[in-house]
Amino acid sequence: MATFSPPVSIDVPKTGQGGGSGRPPAFSGGGDGRGDGLPDYGARLRRVRLGLAIGLTSVTMIFVSLTSAYVVRRGLPTIDERTNTYVRDWIPVDLPVTLLLINTLLLMASSITVELARRQIARQAALASVGSIPGVSLGEGKSFPWLALTVLLGGGFLTGQWMAWRELADRGFYLATSASSSFVYLLTATHAVHLAGGMLVLLYAVAVSLLHKPVEERGIVVDVTAWYWHFMFLLWLYIFGLLWFMR
Amino acid sequence: MATSATIHSHAGPQGFIRKYIFSLDHKVIGLQYYFLALVAVFVGMFLSVLMRIHMVWPTAVLPVIGTIAPETYLQLLTMHGTIMVFFVLTTAPQSGFGNYFLPIQIGAPDMAFPVLNMLSFWTTFVAFVTLLAAFFVAGGAPLHGWTGYAPLSALTNSGPGEQMGADLWITSIALFCIASLMGALNFITTTLDLRAKGMTMMRLPLTVWSWFITAILGLLAFGVLLSAGILLLLDRNLGTSFYVPLVVVNGQVMAHKGGSPLLWQHLFWFFGHPEVYIAILPGMGVASQLLSTFSRKPIFGYKAMVYALMAIGLLGFMVWGHHMFMSGMSPYTAFSFSLMTMAIGVPSAIKTFNWLGTIYGGHVRFQTPMLFAIGFVSLFVSGGLSGPFLAQPVLDIQLHDTAFVVAHFHLIMGVAAIFGMFAGTYYWFPKMFGRMMNETWGHIHFVITLVGAYCIFMPMHYLGMAAQPRRYSQFTELAYLQHLLPLNRFITYAAIITVLGQFIFLFNLIHSMFWGEKASDNPWEATTLEWTTTTPPPHDNFGGHTPVVNHGPYEYNVPGAPRDYIMQTDPATVASH
Repeated sequence: MATFSPPVSIDVPKTGQGGGSGRPPAFSGGGDGRGDGLPDYGARLRRVRLGLAIGLTSVTMIFVSLTSAYVVRRGLPTIDERTNTYVRDWIPVDLPVTLLLINTLLLMASSITVELARRQIARQAALASVGSIPGVSLGEGKSFPWLALTVLLGGGFLTGQWMAWRELADRGFYLATSASSSFVYLLTATHAVHLAGGMLVLLYAVAVSLLHKPVEERGIVVDVTAWYWHFMFLLWLYIFGLLWFMR
Repeated sequence: MATSATIHSHAGPQGFIRKYIFSLDHKVIGLQYYFLALVAVFVGMFLSVLMRIHMVWPTAVLPVIGTIAPETYLQLLTMHGTIMVFFVLTTAPQSGFGNYFLPIQIGAPDMAFPVLNMLSFWTTFVAFVTLLAAFFVAGGAPLHGWTGYAPLSALTNSGPGEQMGADLWITSIALFCIASLMGALNFITTTLDLRAKGMTMMRLPLTVWSWFITAILGLLAFGVLLSAGILLLLDRNLGTSFYVPLVVVNGQVMAHKGGSPLLWQHLFWFFGHPEVYIAILPGMGVASQLLSTFSRKPIFGYKAMVYALMAIGLLGFMVWGHHMFMSGMSPYTAFSFSLMTMAIGVPSAIKTFNWLGTIYGGHVRFQTPMLFAIGFVSLFVSGGLSGPFLAQPVLDIQLHDTAFVVAHFHLIMGVAAIFGMFAGTYYWFPKMFGRMMNETWGHIHFVITLVGAYCIFMPMHYLGMAAQPRRYSQFTELAYLQHLLPLNRFITYAAIITVLGQFIFLFNLIHSMFWGEKASDNPWEATTLEWTTTTPPPHDNFGGHTPVVNHGPYEYNVPGAPRDYIMQTDPATVASH
């Protein structure tokens, strides 16, 4: 049974950005795995958040460069071989706006649910050490599966984006139809790939909740993925705005 | 500052695969990067010798290879540049030495994200194999140069090697970008979050500063190259026209229309110019570290050195247009790029003067690492001084695409950075392998390499001023270049001798690993944290405890101190500084 004794040997488990834990924490207490030698989850959380912020900087750079390519290409005159004059060849894409708005709402909802998941697991993590004291009952009811709901909503968004692509194709805008349609596919696809990465990490978090990992461990994964997810929502608003206002 | 850095007290991994192949230990990963770069540099050097031979004896029949065709020359040129820039100049100084020594120098047990670190190395490895594979596919390696200018690179029928070979090339670069982004993330987080107690930012060794700033440059630059590469892949394979205008190839009008080749140039050079600093900044860090240590003097103007690094990094993002003076840009734009470029001369000069100030009046120990550090400064000055010439649009119009440019960037980005690597290798070898490298062979290697490098690249300035173009496959047929042929042959001889000289280094490296003289924990009497731990360092770097830092990184010959150096972990009371 866990007792309060000074930490003897503490391991700092390492994780990759938003997941991929290196090795399991080595608890000196054994038994129920909590009590002695708690790994310093606060420091780890801060470090992983810092890593996320730095990682998002490079994601931002990818979209900054795509935006600059978009703006340059949009304003670029091209030579018309028939008249030998410079013409604008930018064709505004007929976006399936209603569908995209629905997708936006889905993503917004998922951003809210992932935030609720983050807060729920943070509360559980904060109370975890209290709950391990013998005789203390926290009286927590069943927790709502916010994570699973987020994954569902994220999947809904990606499906919606796929439907939007089909709709674009029906309207005659394929990847290589014109520079404008190339950029629509490119920007949405790049965003979708990033969001899908976030979904994989959330699925990992759902999976580890079944594997009896310490709640703090899962809390870190959920926390950084939630921030990543919010960023993906803002990024989508930006992309949608760019594609709409600079048609 | 991290308290969590304190603890890492489990045993190291057991078993060959976890210990040496898929290792999470930053030291093993650093060595993996180093040896990858070592293989790459010998491949790249071999290609350059083939190029030099072809330039002056185009009809020579080489054993196994036969005669080198002009298009093969372009393939050699592309692969030489790509291998050297990405897999040598970016890999060894930053990922190799940085991985091994950044955590130790800040007193951390490992990188912030070891799994990511391992992924980063193995992605780099796959990228390297992918690049080499381009030699062996139908059509062979691409011929568009390491800069991959569109539309040559964006069309699959623009030449031999532009089919599968070019796709492999772009894939390799994209993988390399992803690996570098992972590495940069790790370096920055580690430096910010895992410093030991007392290791303030202004007590960081200048090597750490240079790796840190290089990582920031990589973080901002590689994402741009990644997106540029994706657009190029789309143009090549899915019919988009980001880079390809209306173009006719072999009498056939291509389906592409309206793209801009200049868009590629902008995106590429927005990455490409910071890349130059990604290659050279770690060398500056090593030079600063070594000049101070081997002169037994504090570095001259530590803070100025840090701010100069920052200034070079910042300005490095504002000068990409100087690669494009010939693209028809507005003279006003060219003027501003020119001005910013010349502004880089200011922090560069600050660094150079501070290096000289560091050596001046010192008790200089001319051991091999120091010789290479001095060589670095020499090459940095020789290569750097031609920079302000090329930064002038009017001069660049004359010198663009000539051997003058080849001389400039090889001296400053190529050989100077390589000298930084040699200096680092001779300096840290005892810590990495527990043995000393041979000094005599080191001195011989230094003389051959320094003299050789100058014999190869100094004459190229004159060739360039005499209008010898770069990227042309042979010069024996052009009447106006006939009188330059003896000089070109001289360069080829010098290149062959210099390359042979590198086998001395290779021999010394491998021989010393097993049979070198045993090294003590601090053979150079240096002050930074890696010299406080055992040789080679244990799995957790400091054997179960965390160092506490009380001193700056370069406290040499402090009045009142018992020795001529104060280690960073010495008690605060040793001497005031």
